[in-house]
Amino acid sequence: MDINLSLIGQMITFVLLVLFTMKFVWPPLTGMMEERARRIADGLSAADRAKQDLANAEKASADKLREAKQHAAEIIAQAEKRASQLVEEAKETAKQEGERLVNGAQAEIESQVQHAKEVLRQQVGQLAVDGATKILKREIDAAKHADLLASIKAEL
Amino acid sequence: MSAEKQTATQYIQHHLTFNQTAGGFHLDTFWIALILGFLFVGVFALVARKATSGVPGKLQNFVELIVEMVDSQIKDAFHAKSKVIGPLSLTIFCWVFLMNAMDFLPVDLLPTIAQAIGHYGFGMDPHHVYLRVVPTADVNQTFALSLSVMLLIIGFSISAKGPVGYIKELFTAPFHAESLPMIIVLLPVNFIFQLLELIAKPISLSLRLFGNMYAGELIFILIALLPWWVNWVLGTPWAIFHILVVTLQAFVFMMLTIVYLSLAVEDH
Repeated sequence: MDINLSLIGQMITFVLLVLFTMKFVWPPLTGMMEERARRIADGLSAADRAKQDLANAEKASADKLREAKQHAAEIIAQAEKRASQLVEEAKETAKQEGERLVNGAQAEIESQVQHAKEVLRQQVGQLAVDGATKILKREIDAAKHADLLASIKAEL
Repeated sequence: MSAEKQTATQYIQHHLTFNQTAGGFHLDTFWIALILGFLFVGVFALVARKATSGVPGKLQNFVELIVEMVDSQIKDAFHAKSKVIGPLSLTIFCWVFLMNAMDFLPVDLLPTIAQAIGHYGFGMDPHHVYLRVVPTADVNQTFALSLSVMLLIIGFSISAKGPVGYIKELFTAPFHAESLPMIIVLLPVNFIFQLLELIAKPISLSLRLFGNMYAGELIFILIALLPWWVNWVLGTPWAIFHILVVTLQAFVFMMLTIVYLSLAVEDH
């Protein structure tokens, strides 16, 4: 146990080492480690944010998809409605057209019948006159018996 | 080197003699401690200069491991703000560890080299070339550390409580009294207690480290006296055990320094 000048020498060395460490070793190392801790924290929070963003985007896309599906269903329903409406309309038109055609045809038939009747009436009058002429030959004068012939004509 | 055979006592004594100047200055302690100190600050400063907060290299990782360990110990034990405590603790831990670790070199390696240099380089008698390689087995080294710590304890106390507050604490703690006469009675008692506490800290710090390292060194020397073919039987277990001692003593010195300084800045 001989304590001597060495004590002072070692104390000076110690103080110098501590001062050097204070100046050049400790601050940059701890600063760098804090910086790394900050970067890791930033990275983690960024990852969290990205996860949140992804979840939001997924939700948004699901919403959009559902909306689009709903929209498509609406369009299909509308189209179906429109189609059935068109069919309905076409049916209606066809029915009306048919009826119109039938009516036209009937009117035509009617008029044809009238015409035929007219013709027949004329011809019957003529035939009757001719027949009567042939039967009665001389006695019967067409001019004299015109009113009679007219009454016969009207009965037809 | 030695022409005639040494006795065991001479061998041990030779190993336990410092290489000193006429004034008693321990050159071996000084130079080995200085070189190890430079090794520590050199490596750490190099890493600190190139330190990146990105992916660290292996050396940076190792340095960070030590710094982080020291830093977490400080955060656990020392609750005030101080720019000194971190570098101080780191220096103590690394320097003491390196100085303790000199024990792992074969006991005869460096002394034999020194003897060869002394003999062939300077023409000295090899019996008078001395070298003790473990600076912490020198009380001068351990007291240099612990007395510096004691001065820091006083400095921390004064800066935390002010000169008046510190002197007041010296006389009024640990025993408090309400009435003036009792305060006066307790004044010397308190002062003696505080003085004892203050002196006991550096003595226990330095003698603990010195005792451990001196004993370790001595046992290595004794083991070296065994015949070479049984040397390993005791040498290996003791060296392995000494890894624990070396690290633990460095850690204990650092930890107690932190604790003492944190006590110094806290109010009683």
